[in-house]
Order: sequence, then C-alpha cells, then structure tokens
Amino acid sequence: MQGRPQGPASHRRQRVSGKKTMKILVPVKRVVDYNIKVRPKADGTGVETAGLKMSMNPFDEIAVEEALRLREKGAATEVVAVSIGVQQAQDTLRTAMAMGADRAILVLTEESPEPLAVAKILKAIVERETPDLVILGKQAIDDDMNATGQMLAGLLGWPQGTFASKVELADGRAEVEREVDGGTEVVSIALPAIVTADLRLNEPRYASLPNIMKAKKKPLETLQASDVGVDTTRRLTVVSVAEPPARKAGVKVGSVEELVEKLRNEAKVI
Amino acid sequence: MTVLVFVETEAGHVRQASRSAIAAASKLGEVHALVVGDAASVGASAEAAAKIPGVTKVLKAGNDALAHTLAEPLADLLVSLAGDYSHIVAAASSVGKNVLPRAAALLDVQPIPDVLDIVDADTFVRPIYAGNALATVKSADAKKVLTIRATSFDPAPAEGGSAAIEDAAAPASGDTSRFVSSETPTSDRPELESARVIVSGGRGLQNGENFKTVLEPLADKLGAAIGASRVAVDSGYVPNDYQVGQTGKIVAPELYIAVGISGAIQHLAGMKDSKVIVAINKDEDAPIFQVADYGLVGDLFDVVPKLAAAL
Ligand SMILES: Cc1cc2nc3c(=O)[nH]c(=O)nc-3n(C[C@H](O)[C@H](O)[C@H](O)COP(=O)(O)OP(=O)(O)OC[C@H]3O[C@@H](n4cnc5c(N)ncnc54)[C@H](O)[C@@H]3O)c2cc1C
Ligand SMILES: Cc1cc2nc3c(=O)[nH]c(=O)nc-3n(C[C@H](O)[C@H](O)[C@H](O)COP(=O)(O)OP(=O)(O)OC[C@H]3O[C@@H](n4cnc5c(N)ncnc54)[C@H](O)[C@@H]3O)c2cc1C
Repeated sequence: MQGRPQGPASHRRQRVSGKKTMKILVPVKRVVDYNIKVRPKADGTGVETAGLKMSMNPFDEIAVEEALRLREKGAATEVVAVSIGVQQAQDTLRTAMAMGADRAILVLTEESPEPLAVAKILKAIVERETPDLVILGKQAIDDDMNATGQMLAGLLGWPQGTFASKVELADGRAEVEREVDGGTEVVSIALPAIVTADLRLNEPRYASLPNIMKAKKKPLETLQASDVGVDTTRRLTVVSVAEPPARKAGVKVGSVEELVEKLRNEAKVI
Repeated sequence: MTVLVFVETEAGHVRQASRSAIAAASKLGEVHALVVGDAASVGASAEAAAKIPGVTKVLKAGNDALAHTLAEPLADLLVSLAGDYSHIVAAASSVGKNVLPRAAALLDVQPIPDVLDIVDADTFVRPIYAGNALATVKSADAKKVLTIRATSFDPAPAEGGSAAIEDAAAPASGDTSRFVSSETPTSDRPELESARVIVSGGRGLQNGENFKTVLEPLADKLGAAIGASRVAVDSGYVPNDYQVGQTGKIVAPELYIAVGISGAIQHLAGMKDSKVIVAINKDEDAPIFQVADYGLVGDLFDVVPKLAAAL
C-alpha cells in the first residue's frame, strides 16, 4: 500500500493555477425513475416506458452535485448541463439548473442515441464550450452501458478518471479516487479531463422551491443533432427484448433447524 | 475468426473472470490473449495465460503505465493490435469497463457491455434496466468490442494448454494520466466474484461491528465471502468493494444468504442468478422473499448466531 504523495489540499488552495475561468460540463440523461420496475413489451421490441415517471439518471445528479461543489469552493467558475434526447429532456435540464447549474444545452434527437453517438455529440459540444472538466455519471440506469464517459475521453484524447468516489483539483490536474474491484485506487489526470461519478462521490442536494422557480429563467439553448453534424445511425439493432428467466417461488421455513435441514438434504449446498 | 482477449492477472495467476472471458471468446473463434504488467513480472503472467486451454497465442507488454492498467495506454495498445481481430473481449470487471469503451470509441465501434450469451458472431444478449429485461442486440460494426459477464460463462481451466508467447510493442504513453496509489485490502476470505457461498448484510446489521460479530462467524463456518447492500456500504459498515448489485458486483454463487437486506431491484440485479438464495429478514413482506428459495422470518441477531452454531 502506498501513501498519497500530496495530502488533500485545503479548500482555498484547490484552485486551478494560471486560469481565471474553469468551466465544467455535465451531461445529464432523462431515464425511467429508479423506483420503477420496467417490463418488456409483449411484442418483444423493447421495454414498456409509456406513462412511466421519468427522472434524472441518479448518477448524473451526483455528477451535477460534484460540479456545483467545485464551483462553490472556488475551484470552478461555471457549470453547464447538457442533455441529448427528446424535447422532454428539458425537464431534466431544468432540474440540473434548479440544483444550481448556470445554464443548459439540449441537443434534440428523436430518441436517446447510443453511447458512441452521444459521445460524438458531446465531443462537438466540448469543442464549442471548451470546458476544463466533463463530469458524467458512471452509468445510466436504463441501458446500463457504463460507456459514454470513457468513449468521450477516447474521442477527445483526454485522460479519464472513472467510477470516482473523490475528486480534488490542484495545479492543472485532478486527483481522482476510483472504486475498483479490489478496493480503491487514486489516479492523477491532467486537465482537461473526463470524470465519471460513482455512488459515493457525494449526496446530491434537493432543489428548493425558490431555486426551481429561478431555474425557469436560466438560459436553455436548443440545438438539433444535425447542427452538430453527427450521424446518429445505430450500430446495434434490437433483435428482441425479453423477460429474464423467473425464479421459482420458494418456501418459508419455520426455524433455523428446518433451514439447515433443507440446505443439507434438499438443496445440497452445505 | 480470431479473438483478442485482454486478460487480467494477479500475482502471476489469471483472474477467474478473465478465464470466463476466454471461455466466452472460444465460442467465437481462435483466442489470443493480451497480458500486461510491469517489465519484471509480465513474463510470469504471460506463462500463466499460456497454460489456459483454448488460448493459442499470448501477447505480452510490460511497462509501468500498463502495470497499473491505466485506461489511456491500455486502450492505445488494444487499438494498435486490433487490426487482425474480429472481436476484442474482456471481462466486465472494473478494468474491462474502464478500458474497452475507450478503445471502442477510438475504433469507431459501439461496444457491447455485459454480454450474458453469444447467439452468433454478431448477436449478443445483455441485461438492461437492472436485469429486468434481456436485450438481444445485433451489431453492424465490422469489429466487435465486448465485455463478458463472468457469472454467465464457466471459466476456462487454469491448466492444460501451452500457447506461444510473443512480445507486443506498447505505444509510447504520455504523462496525462498517472497512477498514484491503491488501497486493496487483502483478506483470507474467497473473492466475492468467485466464491461458492456468499453471506451478505444490509441495513439490518446496523453497524460495522455487527458485521464482524454476527455475520463473520457464519461466513467463517461456510467458508463464505462477505457481501453487502449499498446502504451498508454507504453507511460505512464495510468497504465499497463489498457492494453487490446493479452498480456493484454481479455474483452468482451456489448459495447466497441475504441478511437484513430488503431486496431492492438494484440489489436483486446483482445476485438473483445465484443457485440457491436464503433470506433472513424480520419483515415477512420484504421483497427479498420473492426471490428466496428459503425464507426465514425473524430477528437476525437471534437467527444468525443460531444458524452459525447449527453448522
Ligand atoms: C440496441 C439498442 C436500441 C435502442 N433503441 C432505443 C430506442 O429505440 N429509443 C430510445 O429512446 N432508446 C433506445 N436505446 C437506448 C439508448 O440508446 C441508450 O440511451 C443508449 O444506449 C445509452 O446508453 P446508456 O445511457 O446506458 O449510457 P451510459 O454510458 O451508461 O451513460 C453514462 C453517462 O453518459 C451520459 N449520457 C448518456 N446518454 C446521455 C444523453 N442522452 N444525454 C446526456 N448525457 C448522456 C450521462 O452522464 C450518463 O450518466 C437503445 C439501446 C440499444 C442498445
Ligand atoms: C442508482 C442506484 C444504484 C443502486 N445500486 C445498488 C446496488 O448496486 N446494490 C444495492 O444493494 N443497492 C443499490 N441501490 C440502493 C437500493 O435501491 C436500496 O436502497 C438498497 O439496496 C437497500 O439496502 P438494504 O436492503 O440494506 O436496506 P433497507 O432497504 O433499509 O432494508 C433493510 C432490511 O433489513 C431488515 N431488518 C432490519 N432489522 C432487522 C433485524 N434485526 N433482523 C432481520 N431483518 C432486519 C428490514 O426488515 C429491511 O427489510 C441503488 C440505488 C440507486 C438509486
């Protein structure tokens, strides 16, 4: 086990040196609320989403929160939220602004494109906005791809700090603590860079009513996917979407003795 | 068709998840394995990979950046080798998930994460919506980039093969990304991903001390790994790498014992393919009972010590 070469800097020292502005871009996705259990459509062409409650992807709330905290402690000057999808993704962007994002960009598409196309659109937005840091969610809870941030980093040739549980900015670099299979690891990446947020990065704030009202007046720019010149043709086609094999209903046992007996003689696993 | 599998090694042996990735890749064609590490130890790792039946060639590359499996140099290396291969495959581990999408973007390919089943060379089954639906997708890309869900493929054996080993030239890597440190506590318990038995605790355990005094004796008796719900991890009862679920580890042991866990869909996503599930919960309506083969309604502080004593 190695120690960290530089200890956690105090809040005041966490400023990116030599630069007056420090912009953070946060891509946010509109998804079916995490409390809802979706079901495949009867015809197997997709999942039933009509009429379901939609929310901001929970990891993206964490990403927005982290950007806001960096701004609040003076390490960043502007937070811009961006979403790619249908008109209603506006609501998700308003939520980001109600949390505290300064402004928002919606790139309109007929549906939510694949991560490759999302990453290409985000690359075009990055080239326009020139942020120093892009913080994404580690994974969207609908398609569970866990890919977009890494792909954007690849397309831009930027370093990446994925599955972040801690982010500190100092001297033009980000020190990112990452959740990995065996525990945690720390990497240091040069800005501009990509970070993807894991669950334990922070606990996102709720938007207050006054801030929800204020967010209605914050600037929201709408672009067409064709404006940014990205081909969103899908590389993957869905052959079918099916219910996973269901588990057989089990039994309730009345005592520890009965449980041990069943595990030994019926299930034969101990 | 030849498939390139990125293989993860640890102290000179191939991780079980990577052997599952090799087993999956063998269904697609001939398998070449890529092994990386520091210059001193990569040779031993390559030899371990060469012994896996089904691997016909091992490519090895060793330097400091690769030793820490940093995404940037590793993706560049995969891209430099990609030319000859129809598929690029890795386990859906924290390394695989970090590196393969980056390599895919550089190849202009839409990756296919978490493959559960291979239908044919272009068609794969993967879970969406926390495993509440299984999507069969067909890729139009010339080259496929896949991560494999280890629990869905029996691992290839560790011994029996004798592949040739060759050096692969690693592209020069800059200083934009540096490894600083890692904290990977070792324990005598089996790894969560490959354990035969898992004892998992949730909010019902109330604190970390109870994980030690109540859950560990049961795990000791069963030779089990210890897992946890997100709440138990967020509350600091146990480290992050114990988390089982949609956004934690995916496990499928022979026996999974859920203690004081309610059974939220995000948790079920990580364990519902276990062979036998036991739930211990004081709330008889807890959703975990809907997936449990054997449910025991009761106070865990009473039941778990009794169970440990009865084994
Ligand atoms: C074969 C296939 C067919 C599909 N067909 C349809 C369809 O017909 N209609 C449909 O609506 N969806 C469809 N989808 C789902 C849609 O394509 C997914 O949104 C897409 O796959 C992205 O994956 P993900 O969101 O899991 O990405 P991840 O890589 O898990 O997302 C990680 C992060 O990237 C960012 N991000 C991702 N997407 C966006 C976005 N749109 N805007 C802003 N930020 C974003 C967020 O920060 C997010 O946390 C389909 C998916 C597949 C695989
Ligand atoms: C984006 C996102 C991702 C997530 N990813 C994951 C994930 O990967 N893994 C995961 O686990 N969760 C995940 N969650 C969280 C998930 O939704 C649940 O909040 C979590 O699984 C609940 O943990 P729990 O069962 O320990 O706690 P609770 O739901 O609070 O359940 C505690 C249970 O303990 C029982 N209990 C209490 N005391 C006793 C006692 N003395 N004896 C017996 N039983 C007792 C109670 O009856 C109750 O059923 C995620 C959530 C989100 C939003």
